[in-house]
Amino acid sequence: MKEKIAIQVDDLTVAYNYKPVLWDIDLVIPEGVLMAIVGPNGAGKSTLIKSILGIIKPIAGSVSIYGKPYEEQRKLVAYVPQKGSVDWDFPTTALDVIMMGTYGSLGWIKRPGQKEKKAALEALEKVGMLPFKNRQISQLSGGQQQRIFLARALVQNASIYFMDEPFQGVDASTEIAIINILKELRKAGKTLVVVHHDLQTVPEYFDWVTFLNVKKIATGPVKEIFNDTNLTKTYGINYKVAVNK
Amino acid sequence: MNLYEYFELLFTDYTLRTITLGTAVLGAICGMLGSFAVLRKQSLLGDAISHAALPGIALAFLITGAKDSNILLIGALVSGLIGTFWIRGMITKTHLKTDTALGLVLSLFFGFGMLLLTYIQKQPNANQAGLDKYLFGQAATLVEKDVFLMMIVTGISLFVLLLFWKEFKILLFDADYTKTLGFNTRFIDILITFFIVLAIVLGLQTVGVILMSAMLLAPAAAARQWTNSLSTMIVLAALFGAFSGVFGTAISASQNNLSTGPVIVLVASVFVLFSFIFSPGRGLLFREIRFRKNRRDLELQKTLQFMFGIAQTHENVSHPHAIKILNNFQGFTRKTLQKLEEKNWITIAGQEWSMTIHGYNKAKNLYNQQEEND
Repeated sequence: MKEKIAIQVDDLTVAYNYKPVLWDIDLVIPEGVLMAIVGPNGAGKSTLIKSILGIIKPIAGSVSIYGKPYEEQRKLVAYVPQKGSVDWDFPTTALDVIMMGTYGSLGWIKRPGQKEKKAALEALEKVGMLPFKNRQISQLSGGQQQRIFLARALVQNASIYFMDEPFQGVDASTEIAIINILKELRKAGKTLVVVHHDLQTVPEYFDWVTFLNVKKIATGPVKEIFNDTNLTKTYGINYKVAVNK
Repeated sequence: MNLYEYFELLFTDYTLRTITLGTAVLGAICGMLGSFAVLRKQSLLGDAISHAALPGIALAFLITGAKDSNILLIGALVSGLIGTFWIRGMITKTHLKTDTALGLVLSLFFGFGMLLLTYIQKQPNANQAGLDKYLFGQAATLVEKDVFLMMIVTGISLFVLLLFWKEFKILLFDADYTKTLGFNTRFIDILITFFIVLAIVLGLQTVGVILMSAMLLAPAAAARQWTNSLSTMIVLAALFGAFSGVFGTAISASQNNLSTGPVIVLVASVFVLFSFIFSPGRGLLFREIRFRKNRRDLELQKTLQFMFGIAQTHENVSHPHAIKILNNFQGFTRKTLQKLEEKNWITIAGQEWSMTIHGYNKAKNLYNQQEEND
């Protein structure tokens, strides 16, 4: 199979204080995969995404998106941060938050217009939140807030999506709605990198997986590498997972 | 001079008009930029900056020997900015928490400033008096050129605010995300902080270093209660700030020249208190009223449901029952029955009640309806 490389990470090392959070990560993510990053708490999953996106400055290493440095390829990349990373009591509406997804392509100073609003409304519709467009964001449920964040990334119309725990604290119906959108994006040829906690759903949701615990343990197709050996290596205990075949 | 006379004089007296205009403009710019400080959860940064400005004022006086307010304000601006960068440096370079860094810079700079003030006061120089007005503020000392400067700075910050509106908003809401979109968040951050420092320095002469932060926070905190839109919040905060400035100055000038700072801050606090209690969406009063009303409605519905259970056992749903059999049900009162009768759900005859068809249907659909309302 001839595969194009979407994301390539070389020798990435990140430390907050003295202890490294990520150590010498080499990672190649082919185009068009729906990939989960799994690992225990403190394994550096969020940090990996944040340093690929330039939010955190690594000590060493480089990242390239379709063969070029990330800074030149920003427009190809969208980000869904953890829901808990912002203050939801901020005075703004659901539609307004989604409009923020268009700010990157607008650049400095230029204001969003009708075209941007239309795109935002379409994204709202896609995540099933159109009736809530004028709702103050603190009055949305946790699942609805997560959908808003997803919609904001959809508006960016990117090729690569990084998502930090999009299923955290959402109910079953939102989880299904989100995973359906992710699968749709993959079908459209997009590449998705998702920090994920629920090991049970990995084989069902994802086709690619990276095991991470400060170092990279393994990366590859779920069918080939999602097994007890790698889980045990990553989580440090003899891990048996009930995989529904 | 009483308050009424003050406002009457406003139209004829040049000095009063200057002072009032100055405090109004100051209140507006503080409310506007204070909104950013509040939304960034940097409420205490303003406090640290204003205290950090004091040694700058004293040093500027010592160096130039002049009491020209513009020169002193430049001193304040420089030392305020130095204080700000120290705070930022401490937070990023050491393991100190934000509140510790703020507290350290605040007390260090303020202590140094007070030391310089006492030193200046001991000097045999007739020009020295009056620097202590920067502690609590004295609006009466405002002259036309001070007000002119305030208006220029307010104009510039309004222009910058409108120009970078989109960038400011997204940075306030989600800084990491803003970075991934390719915006230079450091630049936006410094821009906001710089204008906050500028507003603080402008207010020192009128409100004083000690209470200046309240001037930033109070109008913004009050405005947040009334709206869920950022632009409305900023406009409201500017209005609240302007009114606090005008009324505070009026009271202070009409009552034996009280220090303006404390009076303005007290007026602003009244706005905050009023907003916390009476704002329709977030205010305590309406929240309590909504809460009670919901409880009453639920009690009513619960009673109706209980009656429904009894009525169901009879072929004729309107068969009368003794009120007494409701007695073991909690939440039932005479008043509840009256309310139910008002709504035409039951009829009462003597000591007996009977359900109407309307009430019966209502009770039957009660649970379904609640689901729809959700």
